[in-house]
Amino acid sequence: MKQYIITRIGYCLLSLFLLSLTIFFFVRVTGDPATLLVEPGASPDDIAAIHHQFGLDRPLLVQYGLFMVSVVTGDLGQSFYYRTPVLELYWSRLPYSVMLATAAMAFSLLLGIPSGILAAVRVGRFWDSAGKVFALLGLSLPSFWVGLVLILVFSVYLGWLPSSGAGTPLHLIMPAFALGWYFAASHMRLTRSSMLEVLGSEYVKLARLKGLPQALVISKHAFKNALIPVLTLAGINFVIMISVAVVVETVFAWPGVGRLLYEGIAFRDFPVVQGTVLMLGVMTVTVNMIVDILYAVIDPRIRLAS
Amino acid sequence: MPNAPLLELENLSTHYVSAQGTRVVRAVDDVSLRIHAGETLGIVGESGSGKSTLALTIMRVLPPAARIVSGKMMFEGEDLLQKSDEEMQKVRGRRMAMILQDPMASLNPLFTIGNQVAEPIRVHEGAPRAAAWSRARELLRSVRIPSPETRVKQYPHEMSGGMRQRIVGAIGISCEPRLLIADEPTTSLDLTIQAQYLNLLRDLQRAHGLALIFITHNLGIVAKMCDQLAVMYAGRVVEQGPVSRIFSAPAHPYTKALLGSIPRMTDNREHLTAIEGQPPDLSSLPPGCAFAPRCPMAFARCRVEAPPEVAIDEGRTARCWLAVPGVEAEATAMRSNVA
Amino acid sequence: MSTSAEILTLPSRPPRFAFIRGLRLSGFPLIPTVILVGIAFVAVFANQLAPHNPEIGSLAARFKPPFWETGGSMKYLLGTDQLGRDVLSRLIFGARVSMVVGITAVLFAGVVGTTLGIISGYLGGWVDQLIMRLTDTWLALPALTFAIFLAAIVGPSMWNIVIILGITYWTRYARVIRGEVLSLKEREFVRLAIVAGCSKWTIMRRHILPNVINSAVVLGTLMLGVVIITEATLSFLGIGVPPPQPAWGLMLSDGKQSLMVGRWWLTIFPGCAIMLMVLSANILGDWLRVKLDPQLRQL
Repeated sequence: MKQYIITRIGYCLLSLFLLSLTIFFFVRVTGDPATLLVEPGASPDDIAAIHHQFGLDRPLLVQYGLFMVSVVTGDLGQSFYYRTPVLELYWSRLPYSVMLATAAMAFSLLLGIPSGILAAVRVGRFWDSAGKVFALLGLSLPSFWVGLVLILVFSVYLGWLPSSGAGTPLHLIMPAFALGWYFAASHMRLTRSSMLEVLGSEYVKLARLKGLPQALVISKHAFKNALIPVLTLAGINFVIMISVAVVVETVFAWPGVGRLLYEGIAFRDFPVVQGTVLMLGVMTVTVNMIVDILYAVIDPRIRLAS
Repeated sequence: MPNAPLLELENLSTHYVSAQGTRVVRAVDDVSLRIHAGETLGIVGESGSGKSTLALTIMRVLPPAARIVSGKMMFEGEDLLQKSDEEMQKVRGRRMAMILQDPMASLNPLFTIGNQVAEPIRVHEGAPRAAAWSRARELLRSVRIPSPETRVKQYPHEMSGGMRQRIVGAIGISCEPRLLIADEPTTSLDLTIQAQYLNLLRDLQRAHGLALIFITHNLGIVAKMCDQLAVMYAGRVVEQGPVSRIFSAPAHPYTKALLGSIPRMTDNREHLTAIEGQPPDLSSLPPGCAFAPRCPMAFARCRVEAPPEVAIDEGRTARCWLAVPGVEAEATAMRSNVA
Repeated sequence: MSTSAEILTLPSRPPRFAFIRGLRLSGFPLIPTVILVGIAFVAVFANQLAPHNPEIGSLAARFKPPFWETGGSMKYLLGTDQLGRDVLSRLIFGARVSMVVGITAVLFAGVVGTTLGIISGYLGGWVDQLIMRLTDTWLALPALTFAIFLAAIVGPSMWNIVIILGITYWTRYARVIRGEVLSLKEREFVRLAIVAGCSKWTIMRRHILPNVINSAVVLGTLMLGVVIITEATLSFLGIGVPPPQPAWGLMLSDGKQSLMVGRWWLTIFPGCAIMLMVLSANILGDWLRVKLDPQLRQL
């Protein structure tokens, strides 16, 4: 078990290293990075200062070193627009994103898992077909459009829910639904196929041979085993949710990390863009590692392996 | 035996139908068998001969694509085919039990051994947790698993293959069934452990008065364990009767070939005899006897008409034209004409 | 009792270009294919089909609703936007953008991904490790974030978007194709070719490639939907196809401004267009994947 954790951490560090390399590479590969790192409307003097500050006239390796040093010490630059350190902005916005992602994840699991189980148990019949339609729609509709339609119906026509901002739980409902919709479909699909596979397994066959009632076979023997891949996916999806929430947060003016990214783009505030993307990547890699480790907790086979 | 059979199958047929209804696989075809209390019936055949499907048919735990199309299954005087699924549930695990081939796959990896052994006791007898778990420890002891107190809290992957198979056996006998079906229980075990396991099964059978249906492709095990034998080929029973008599004088050419292909130390032959040809495709069986393409004694009638089950002796039948009195002469005559 | 049944047998391994044969099998999704072909048709003949210029509108005709509502007219069937541009015409030309971007990006990602997948899978060794590490890194970031990052760096333009989408999605191809190549490598016909003295490149080109085309095509149809949504998202955020070119995502972004005053047609129609196209691509891709089973189930 300890060995397992150590390898996971190792992979995590490697990925983080490669991630920083990628970001560094792309910023520099497309022409003069100074144009990005400098405020819009800057003078040639400013540009020269930037060149000096980031060492843009020095060898790439040195530049990368400078970059890494600043990243590791938590200096992701300063926002042109807000005049505050990017990292500070990021942390202030993150709780809102986490809140949204939690609500969306809860929605996607509460909708996705039961419908997936139902579709598997009633495979080939009505609920399975209904599930397939739902999955297809979920995976084909862009989340921001779902959000816009929700606003149209619930804010403009019915006036029940607020269309922007954060403040009350009411503000959370529509964004969570819009964000979670796609993932509900994805979780439903995986639950269904995982459940079908488990239902065809030998231990489920033995459970039926033991004379256990069908309800017990499904709820005890099939359910827990089928859930493992789904929860793994959900764990990984959580961070993905935070990342792809950029559009939903924009539509609903939800003050999360995604909206920060959008502001960075809209205001040509490159340090914000670079910093947010880097942080999102770091979060994704770290959470993936944590999920891998948690996996060992649920599945005793890994937990007890020496 | 004068008393009524514990389980009697009459003209039982199970077919697999493909999703579009275009392919029909006759996995079990017109099978009639009987077994009495305390008896051991061996069912022997190649893979694909339908033995596992037969076992699942008896327990009525078939996959959705399979359908029992005809026949009767009388168990302790009741027709199992007439029972609803809920009623069958009460029979399964309690009055009839089954052991599967691969013990690693048949135990749920996420639950402890104790949980899985105590489960049928709790469900069928409504026993409270403490009592069921104490029974579970007893059962593990009776299948000769050392230190059951610790084992009971462990998980399947922590055990060896032999132990797992014994645990599956313990699950099988946990509610004192009258009939136990063992589907190739020793195939996945090491040779050295096989003998131990077979002895265990024999002892359990005697201790509990079980009837045992033993499915295998290994004739050596049949010789050691079984009183009665049924030989299956292409979903049909081609010969059945007492083991000793079948072994000493097999009636069906397939049985003869099976027995003949076992190499013996005293043989002077240089070549191993195998049965020529391939097992048949169960979705497109030839008309007539299914074994005819591979049978050294086949003649014209065999290829055209499927033979019925013919009584040879008391308690013995064979599904072969050569077993029908008078036919043998006809066949020899035909062959000598051709020659 | 037992019915004598006609036996329907399928070849045990799909031959090359099996996806063409797949069209003749039952269950072919006619409507989605018709929709996709229809959108392609509209895209090609946009100039002839669109009633108005999609990029220039008349300010006098701003915010006209669709013709069946009060205030609408037959001149602007589906209404006009904030610059007086005809929604229907913009939808039609938007189809061109979606089709071009979608297909080109998918092809780009497909070609790069398949090639690297074949090379990586067949050559193995450090080449394989390198390419796999690269894809892992790419996959560490969700595609959308990565695409946003790249778009923010290079600035919006249609061809930039195509390249960005290609760069973002080639990794999906590479992994799947590599997996297939790994199992293909062990097959008889590859071994025969090696023994016969064919060079590595010849083997990859003439033996491996035709056998992975099936998967590449299936993956391509499935990716089309994803790519279109990503492009629409980027355009919605303002870093996709730049105005005044009509992209459906851009129309949604414009429409958002006047959503609160109930100008629903600026949101509903472009969204429906996206939905139709993506839904059709997904249904077609799913059907293809099922037909070319079993190796492709894990897609």
